[in-house]
Amino acid sequence: MENVIEVNNLVKTFDVSKGFFSRNKDLVKAVDGISFSIPKGESLGLVGQSGCGKTTTARALCLLDPKTSGDVKFYNPEADEMQNLDDLSDDQVRQFRRNTQMIFQDPYESLNPRWTIKDIILEPLNIHNIGSLENRTEAVIEILKTVGLTPPENYLPRYPHELSGGQRQRVSIARSLIMNPKFVICDEPTSMLDVSIRISIMDLMLDLAKDLQVSYLYITHDLAVARYMCNRIAVMFNGKIVEIAKTEDLLGNPIHPYTKRLISSIPVPDPKYTRTKYEIDFTELDEIIANNKDNLPMVDIGNEHYVATHDVKDQLI
Amino acid sequence: MPKDILVVDNLNMHYETLEGSVMAVNNVTFSVKEGESFGLVGESGCGKSSVASTLLQLQSDNAVISSGSIKLGDQELVGMSESDLRKVRWNDISIVFQGAMNAWNPVIKIGEQIREAIREHHPANSKKENTEKISELFTIVGLDDSIMERYPHELSGGMKQRAVIALALSCDPKIVIADEPTTALDVVIQDQILKEIKKVQELLGLSLIYISHDIAVIAEMTDNMAVMYAGSIVEMGPTSSIFSNPKHAYTRLLLESTPSVVGEKKKLRALDGEPPSLINGLDGCAFSPRCPDPSDECKNGKVDMKLIEIESGHWADQCCVNCG
Repeated sequence: MENVIEVNNLVKTFDVSKGFFSRNKDLVKAVDGISFSIPKGESLGLVGQSGCGKTTTARALCLLDPKTSGDVKFYNPEADEMQNLDDLSDDQVRQFRRNTQMIFQDPYESLNPRWTIKDIILEPLNIHNIGSLENRTEAVIEILKTVGLTPPENYLPRYPHELSGGQRQRVSIARSLIMNPKFVICDEPTSMLDVSIRISIMDLMLDLAKDLQVSYLYITHDLAVARYMCNRIAVMFNGKIVEIAKTEDLLGNPIHPYTKRLISSIPVPDPKYTRTKYEIDFTELDEIIANNKDNLPMVDIGNEHYVATHDVKDQLI
Repeated sequence: MPKDILVVDNLNMHYETLEGSVMAVNNVTFSVKEGESFGLVGESGCGKSSVASTLLQLQSDNAVISSGSIKLGDQELVGMSESDLRKVRWNDISIVFQGAMNAWNPVIKIGEQIREAIREHHPANSKKENTEKISELFTIVGLDDSIMERYPHELSGGMKQRAVIALALSCDPKIVIADEPTTALDVVIQDQILKEIKKVQELLGLSLIYISHDIAVIAEMTDNMAVMYAGSIVEMGPTSSIFSNPKHAYTRLLLESTPSVVGEKKKLRALDGEPPSLINGLDGCAFSPRCPDPSDECKNGKVDMKLIEIESGHWADQCCVNCG
């Protein structure tokens, strides 16, 4: 099966040296050698605690922040081939940006408050100079219908502050889908929304993925949401992917202690259910992972279920 | 049989605004027993936090309690003088606020802020006694004594929230209100804090009012619960009974719209529309515009909102029991 994106050993470090004259460079490895790929039309959930590097990964993949090292290949439908992000011409970078879009967490912050909804959704078309001016407006109306903001004419002249949180997030989705991308990175798109609105946005995104053949990289800290949205889930801890598997395999048969801990911390909406509590020593786990200097590859335990072994395989598995 | 420690009877509260009166709390009636944990769940703007603030009489200046009573033991809190209220707050009833980040004064050490609260209520205590008390509380909530000498910015979100819990317990209250205490926190930290709250509650025999929008957390934390919608309680009863046999159409939708990591993967039902505006109040059933299958009486606004007892101890609003 063809992939929309292949990530190999992606690393992103930040320089946190103190003082201008300091000799030693202090580096924080926010993303520390992660690899994954997403087949066409499938969605991958990237799950982990705050600060584990989920958002850094997303920003590096979108070229919002330059990556430190590693290979990222993406499928360019306009050339019908996989291309490496490092050796793109300027034209190809624009093609990449057309085909890879991002939906941000906070719809209150990510829409320009002084622009109308029409301007916000029109902007990508203008930047990439797609279609005539009239066609562009039509495209905006069409996409507003697709994301369920009807009648679209009512929304065009409005400003973001006139809309509710759910409606704003629909505008964000419309803005990213108007370029007809094949790959969309969603950074916690529903975590700011109320419970009641959350499901309708998640359902909308699932429907659109099916209709428009879009793949998502869905970033969230909530495994229950990831389960609803994704075919596969990758669990991240301290900048590394520790386990990656098909959703039901990962939830039904977690191997890595961190995955177990994460699953056992999700509250279950059923008073009769008693969660199996799973405790791990985070500092110990930190050390084990930090000691894996050779960057041992993940082990396939069957059915595309990969687990990081680190150095102490017996201890962990 | 444990006795009622807090009884809220027919409480009505509205906010005076330029656009009219916002009816935030309508005919809310519930009671909490000694050692019981009571959950209040609903979407944003349904009046959960308004109820919490009136319980401590900490509502904002434009809030008016038009009728009803709040009885804590045998004291009536509505209409009590400010000086009497100061004695009740923290000694009898205290609150864990929503944003742990914002609950602390950034320029005063954590220990000093808790000491300040104890000093206010027990002026005779020596500083050493107070420090010992805080040390005892910190042990309960899992913090190290050295945290007392730290400033809020030096602590992580989870540690700040633990310290807020210690602050709420500092004067040995009988009942603690927890208003979304884990909303701003990460899942793993949330899990730890929930465990801590449960442990403290059992250890000290506290009554707890737990407010959350997350029905999964309510399922884990509470014995009894109430579902709020548009300022009114639409269903109330034992948590297990509400989850196994939800009566109100809104409760059913709320349960069916919550994803879970266990059990069969289900198609979730979306709750369409938005809660109604509470300005100048509502006629008839507040939920009918969003009800998936409202009855004719419900649509025409002929049914008033009123709780009826369906099973023993399980109450639901009469209108939407048969809808949806």
